[in-house]
Amino acid sequence: MAKKAARVVLDGEAIRRALTRITHEILEKNQGTDHLALVGIHTRGVDLSRRLAAKLEEEEGVKIPCGEIDITLYRDDVGRKRTRPEVRGTHIPFSVDDTRIVLVDDVFYTGRTIRAAMDALIDFGRPRSIQLAVLVDRGHRELPIRPDYVGKNLPTARSEHVHVRLSEREGTDEVVIE
Amino acid sequence: MRIVIANGTVIDPANNLDAARDLLIEDGVVHAVELPGRFRGLEATQIDARGLIIAPGLIDMHVHLREPGYEYKETVLTGTQSAVAGGFTAVACMANTNPINDNGAVTRYILERARAANLARVFPIGALSKGLKGEELAEIGEMLEAGAIAISDDGRPVMDANLMRRALEYCSMFNVPISVHEEDLQLAAGGVMNEGPTAVRLGLRGIPNAAEDVMVARDITLARLTGGRVHVAHLSTNGAVALVRQAKAEGLPVTAEATPHHFSLTEEAVDGYNTNAKMAPPLRLAEDVAAVQEGLRDGTIDAIATDHAPHHRDEKEVEFDQAANGIVGLETALPLTLKLVESGILSLAEAVRKLTVNPARILGLPYGTLSLGAPADVVMFDPTGTWKVNPVKLRSKSKNTPFDQWEMKGKIVLTMVEGRVVYESRG
Amino acid sequence: MFTQRHFLGIAGLTQEELLFLLDTAESFREISEREVKKVPTLRGKTIINLFYESSTRTRTSFEIAAKRLSADAINITASASSVTKGETLLDTARNLVAMRPAAIVIRHPSSGAPHFLARLVDCPVINAGDGTHEHPTQALLDLLTIRERKGSIAGLTVAIVGDVLHSRVARSNMLALTTLGAQVRLIGPRTLLPAEFRSWGVELHTDLRQGLAGADVVMALRLQRERQARNFFPSTEEYSRRFGISLAALAEAKPDVLIMHPGPMNRGVEIDSTVADGPYSVILDQVTNGVAVRMAILYLLTTQTQEVVEVEPTVRDEAAA
Repeated sequence: MAKKAARVVLDGEAIRRALTRITHEILEKNQGTDHLALVGIHTRGVDLSRRLAAKLEEEEGVKIPCGEIDITLYRDDVGRKRTRPEVRGTHIPFSVDDTRIVLVDDVFYTGRTIRAAMDALIDFGRPRSIQLAVLVDRGHRELPIRPDYVGKNLPTARSEHVHVRLSEREGTDEVVIE
Repeated sequence: MRIVIANGTVIDPANNLDAARDLLIEDGVVHAVELPGRFRGLEATQIDARGLIIAPGLIDMHVHLREPGYEYKETVLTGTQSAVAGGFTAVACMANTNPINDNGAVTRYILERARAANLARVFPIGALSKGLKGEELAEIGEMLEAGAIAISDDGRPVMDANLMRRALEYCSMFNVPISVHEEDLQLAAGGVMNEGPTAVRLGLRGIPNAAEDVMVARDITLARLTGGRVHVAHLSTNGAVALVRQAKAEGLPVTAEATPHHFSLTEEAVDGYNTNAKMAPPLRLAEDVAAVQEGLRDGTIDAIATDHAPHHRDEKEVEFDQAANGIVGLETALPLTLKLVESGILSLAEAVRKLTVNPARILGLPYGTLSLGAPADVVMFDPTGTWKVNPVKLRSKSKNTPFDQWEMKGKIVLTMVEGRVVYESRG
Repeated sequence: MFTQRHFLGIAGLTQEELLFLLDTAESFREISEREVKKVPTLRGKTIINLFYESSTRTRTSFEIAAKRLSADAINITASASSVTKGETLLDTARNLVAMRPAAIVIRHPSSGAPHFLARLVDCPVINAGDGTHEHPTQALLDLLTIRERKGSIAGLTVAIVGDVLHSRVARSNMLALTTLGAQVRLIGPRTLLPAEFRSWGVELHTDLRQGLAGADVVMALRLQRERQARNFFPSTEEYSRRFGISLAALAEAKPDVLIMHPGPMNRGVEIDSTVADGPYSVILDQVTNGVAVRMAILYLLTTQTQEVVEVEPTVRDEAAA
């Protein structure tokens, strides 16, 4: 059976525009950058959070605190997957207490990753609020969690794979479904 | 009662015989050994030995039968069942029973159990010291009168040189050898395996070769001093082999034996903390194994003896340093010896000699030959027959062997004591 | 990647596996810096610490590691349990398996005891020190500590000083250090330095100053006074004079030499207080890294892939035909 051809659903330009729009939406919803912080979810969520932080700084002239979270130790499928994911490390160099955290991830799928990220975040303290920004929402939510900011809604079949490639990692910006 | 064993190859080293011959046994005694076909048509039980070797029943001069006192490990019955399954028609059993065989009563008890078992002949070796304590002489004369055929504190070394001197002098009156377990306890210093690279890697305390060599040197010196007969048990180091070689060259009354495991395995068998590779003296290095093989080849080592040492599961299925020392050996002795024949170290006749007439001569026993008029203690084996070691199928009560799952070549087909079949293999 | 079922020793681990273990341990370090020093990863799982030798340090470290992973840690120590009533390791293993642990951590005075246990149980077994054989988690935390300060292990000169003959810490460290490309020197009296170690790719020295020349790291081993009675050296005073790590002895070592000790220390015997409490001593860092290393090992062994996890825990009856 022939492999289904991969199709590019977002190219570099589309990604850039989506991130710009999300930046403005964040500023509008939070009425500025007061007590705002970004936390990227390993691995590509971290790259995206850094880009958003740069855009926010460009827009408002304020440096936004940035952290990264590895949710491997909070997963609900520990020991059940075929291969064990690598532990990469969590680094939150600011106080989470009373902060408006925007979690950033590349693809939103079942919602379990975000649940784990929220558990991890709450172990660090008590945020004022947690919001979620994702580049792509591919549907098939399994928990009552949904993103606040979405780059692109992408209905997919469960059998399909969504690949996000970023210039920081793969040298190019694109989102591909196959 | 006549038995003819026909069509086989008779190997009788005592009579320099290694040829196709038929054997006629009458009333439990070797009556005639003639060219093949000579006894065809005779009124007798005909046993076909086509493709088989016919040899004198094997003699093991170093076994532990554990009775009295340790019947949970082995009894005289199960031990002799194991012996005949291994082709042995006679065994000499050591004194470290409970109570120790250091007097006539225990000697007589062991002989009584052997009579009841009625399989292989059993010759008790009496203790050298009371209670094996290494302090005072045991009732040597009494034990020899009761039927013991040699003296040994085996299991333990005699650390007191003066006691060994007096024992050698005393035993010389009876012309019996002392079988010496050579291990300097201070040098051994609580070691549980050979002192070498494997011990360092496994973090286990080692027993250096020197622990055996210094005692062999000592007892050879005492043999020189007293003229008493020293038989070195379970020789395992290249140093000790060299010492015995030198002693023999000098004409001293020194003999020696080696076990099949000491000419077949190295210390690497312990890898993985295998308690079935733990015994005293321990398995050594390749150069020691080579020296033991060379000692057998050039006659320095007179006999092959198994040091059959059964231990219960509970005593081996523990942490390595807590495990008991020793392995069973009666049923694997012949195939391991035949490996030496295969690799050209020994001729088949020489191999049979080490297991028959040589131990018999050291112990002063009228066995180990197929001379006319000798008791018909016979073993028939297939030198090419293969079988796999399965501990569950061993006849010994204990299953502590490092040869589990080994492919063995050399199968006992029939064992006969005084013309009576005591073991026959099925299929 | 690390796919072994048990963690019994450093022997046999490749460079890749060792680095993976160190990297994983490193990522567990920050959990101990948090306010809430816990992650839910092993929630609901039971870790049994089976300690046949008294050891507050290592046992506490494993206990904390298990609890920080949200596991339930059960401590069984030799003096308190049925062990003193003469129960064999075999029977103890059977009883433990019935408790369905996710892993058993064992410290035992007999070399090879963890290997024996691993043959009897179906859950992962972690060696917390067996006789004079290995203490693999100690080696990992030592290496992590060195890497933290020196950047990488390869090319370093590491001196291990003291009773090497009886030291499981020395053995595990030697194996790990040489695998990662360090040059190892063993220093001590000849009676405590088995010649066989030369075939492990290490240097043997009986002169302390010579051995310490140019060293990047010095590991002092604990001298057990009981050894004296067995004629390995005349007295602890003489031992201390010739092999004690003092500032004077360190004159030839590199100026930023790291000082390490697996603990507990005999101050004034194998190491002077001025050295132990000095600026280049990382002895306390070793303790902190110990928890991270043990969290990593517990995590890696108890989260093996699906095929392994679904197996019904049993005691394999070795002697059954």
